[in-house]
Amino acid sequence: MTPPPAEAATMGQASAAFVPAEERRPPSLSVGPIGWIRANLFNSWASTAVTLVLGYLIIRWTLGFLDWAVFNAVWSVPGTGQAVNTTACREMKGIGACWALIGEKYRFILFGLYPFDEQWRPAVCIAIFVGLYVVSAMRRFWRRELLFIWIAALTVIGILMWGGVFGLPYVEQERWGGLIITLILSTFGIALAFPLAIFVALGRRAHNLPAVKALCVVYIELIRGVPLISLLFMASVMFPLFLPEGMNIDKLLRAQIAIILFAAAYLAEVIRGGLQALPRGQYEAAEALGLSYWQKTGLIILPQALRMVIPPLVNTFIGMFKDTSLVLIIGIFDLLNAAKTSIIEPAWQGFGTEAYLAVAAIYFVFCFAMSKYSAGLETEFNRHRNR
Amino acid sequence: METPIRPWLASTAAAVVVSLGLAAGPAGAQQQANTLDLIKQRGNLNCGVNTGLAGFAAPDSQGVWRGLDVDLCRAVAAALFGDATKVRYVPTTAQQRFTALQSGEVDILSRNTTWTLSRDTSLGLDFSGINFYDGQGFMVKRELGLKSAKELDGATVCVQPGTTTELNLTDWFRANNIRFTPVVIERLEEVNAAFFSGRCDALTTDVSGLASVRSTQGANAEQFVILPEVISKEPLGPAVRQGDPRWADLVRWAHFAMVEAEELGLTSANIDQHMQSANPSIQRFVGAAGELGQMLTVDAKWAYNIIKQVGNYGESFARNVTPLGIQRGPNELWTKGGLMYAPPMR
Repeated sequence: MTPPPAEAATMGQASAAFVPAEERRPPSLSVGPIGWIRANLFNSWASTAVTLVLGYLIIRWTLGFLDWAVFNAVWSVPGTGQAVNTTACREMKGIGACWALIGEKYRFILFGLYPFDEQWRPAVCIAIFVGLYVVSAMRRFWRRELLFIWIAALTVIGILMWGGVFGLPYVEQERWGGLIITLILSTFGIALAFPLAIFVALGRRAHNLPAVKALCVVYIELIRGVPLISLLFMASVMFPLFLPEGMNIDKLLRAQIAIILFAAAYLAEVIRGGLQALPRGQYEAAEALGLSYWQKTGLIILPQALRMVIPPLVNTFIGMFKDTSLVLIIGIFDLLNAAKTSIIEPAWQGFGTEAYLAVAAIYFVFCFAMSKYSAGLETEFNRHRNR
Repeated sequence: METPIRPWLASTAAAVVVSLGLAAGPAGAQQQANTLDLIKQRGNLNCGVNTGLAGFAAPDSQGVWRGLDVDLCRAVAAALFGDATKVRYVPTTAQQRFTALQSGEVDILSRNTTWTLSRDTSLGLDFSGINFYDGQGFMVKRELGLKSAKELDGATVCVQPGTTTELNLTDWFRANNIRFTPVVIERLEEVNAAFFSGRCDALTTDVSGLASVRSTQGANAEQFVILPEVISKEPLGPAVRQGDPRWADLVRWAHFAMVEAEELGLTSANIDQHMQSANPSIQRFVGAAGELGQMLTVDAKWAYNIIKQVGNYGESFARNVTPLGIQRGPNELWTKGGLMYAPPMR
């Protein structure tokens, strides 16, 4: 917005009448980036020494990593499938990454054993899942309709994954794999465990219902007392022996139920923490208003209690998301297991670091998104405290 | 407030399941007397395989299962349905594998499983053949100049704990009165890494494992040698549920057909030319004469289908196991000094 020449001229005349003393700037060494560096990195002898040592180590490590991951890396190798020739990667002898592995195997890592020609289906499902997460994360969509959106989306995902209708070939659950398994197990695990956990947490605090309280305590302690891996193990090894002949509950479903039960026990304790932290006055005030138990819980207690426990809740969610990788012990090809399997072929053996890094990046994206979102949610919900 | 009851019930049920499981154990194995009819009715074969073992069962880049154990399942499917693709692969871990078979989740367990007396008798299953003869061996650096494992006196040996491997190692060294220091490391990759970084003089595991580890060293493979001694017997083969001899017969003869074909010189490439062969053995094999198929209650061309679609044992071995750097060795035909021997098909 440059002023027109005439106006500029008048302004020039005005300033000629009164010349304010030139603003003095603070010493240039104490403001701006230089000031920040002096205050935070080179504050004293000790801090200077630490900065220099750490700086040296970080730069050295970064350069080393870049050498390995970028400058010396092998991006592609001749051939594909059984006829692949990985000599180029082998000749690097570890000084360069073999990203050709990811180029060759990314579809296996992402989709596992899903029929190769049908892999667009899980790809679409992953996109739908991500879309669902984004929509559910936005507050303006927090209405009853969201439930219908979820039901509709899950139906579409079911149709796409199983097929058997609309000309899509049927795909058995054994062949599902990769990222979609991780998303299915963690989404359903968290979505179904959360309501269950709320009831268990409330049940554990129902002092006037001793039987219910005892049941909840037993459930929580029993499930928390064993590792997830042993629950999965029981679901996959013990359980089938007791079903009638010829009857098999699918392996994936068994794992899913074990994960839900496990997550619910942990979440219940987190939620109970929130319930306990709420001042007694809130309960009494709600009762004084004449609210029934469910009204009191739904309108007064839970909204405040859940808000307080967002950080530990998200902590548990992130933990559960990564714990789904334990299904590898029962032979389900989730993201991590698919990556492990991708380096079994003789041609690709020995390039585990590359596969693990690729999978770590995928896990990081999801976990970091969860963490950032929860931080945002926390600030928004606790605005009244930060006046 | 009834809702919390349900999870409690679930956990109680789980606890009951555990206690029953301890009581019943493998005896809870279920017997299906008519697996063959059941599979025919279902239209596909449920095959329990390893979750990933190079050369034996592992999915390739496109998710297609390949390997020696996988080929056996394909052979059985080819014999049953005339179509080697009618197999549903169920990846099983070492702990799950026997349950999967006992509970009927899989019809055949083709998962590099060692045939031992205790497994054959107490787990409710029957082994129906050996498709790979393995055994424990030693690998050392070539520069040590060793010719025999008996020269390993005073050596440090890298070994994985908790397996028969560790027990065999101790037994063998004691029997031969040789001193050694074991370096016991839990994870396979770490054991191998310890050996290649020079922490121990020798690495011990099954010979097939040693060969495949060696082949991953690429150009460096020449610096390592596998010593000739094989100190244990690890016959790997398919297993089926106990109490169904007809089904066990079919699995057994599907494997023998692959071995027999190699002996007769029949391959997937040339079997069509042998359809009119004058050799009575080949005539019986391809179903042109005799009633072998009828006796197994499958199609007369069952063996032809196996060889046409899967190949003979030698072809399967060359396709899957040879790339690992493993020689035929004991898995060579009996006529060539190996142990692969099929009873006469007549």
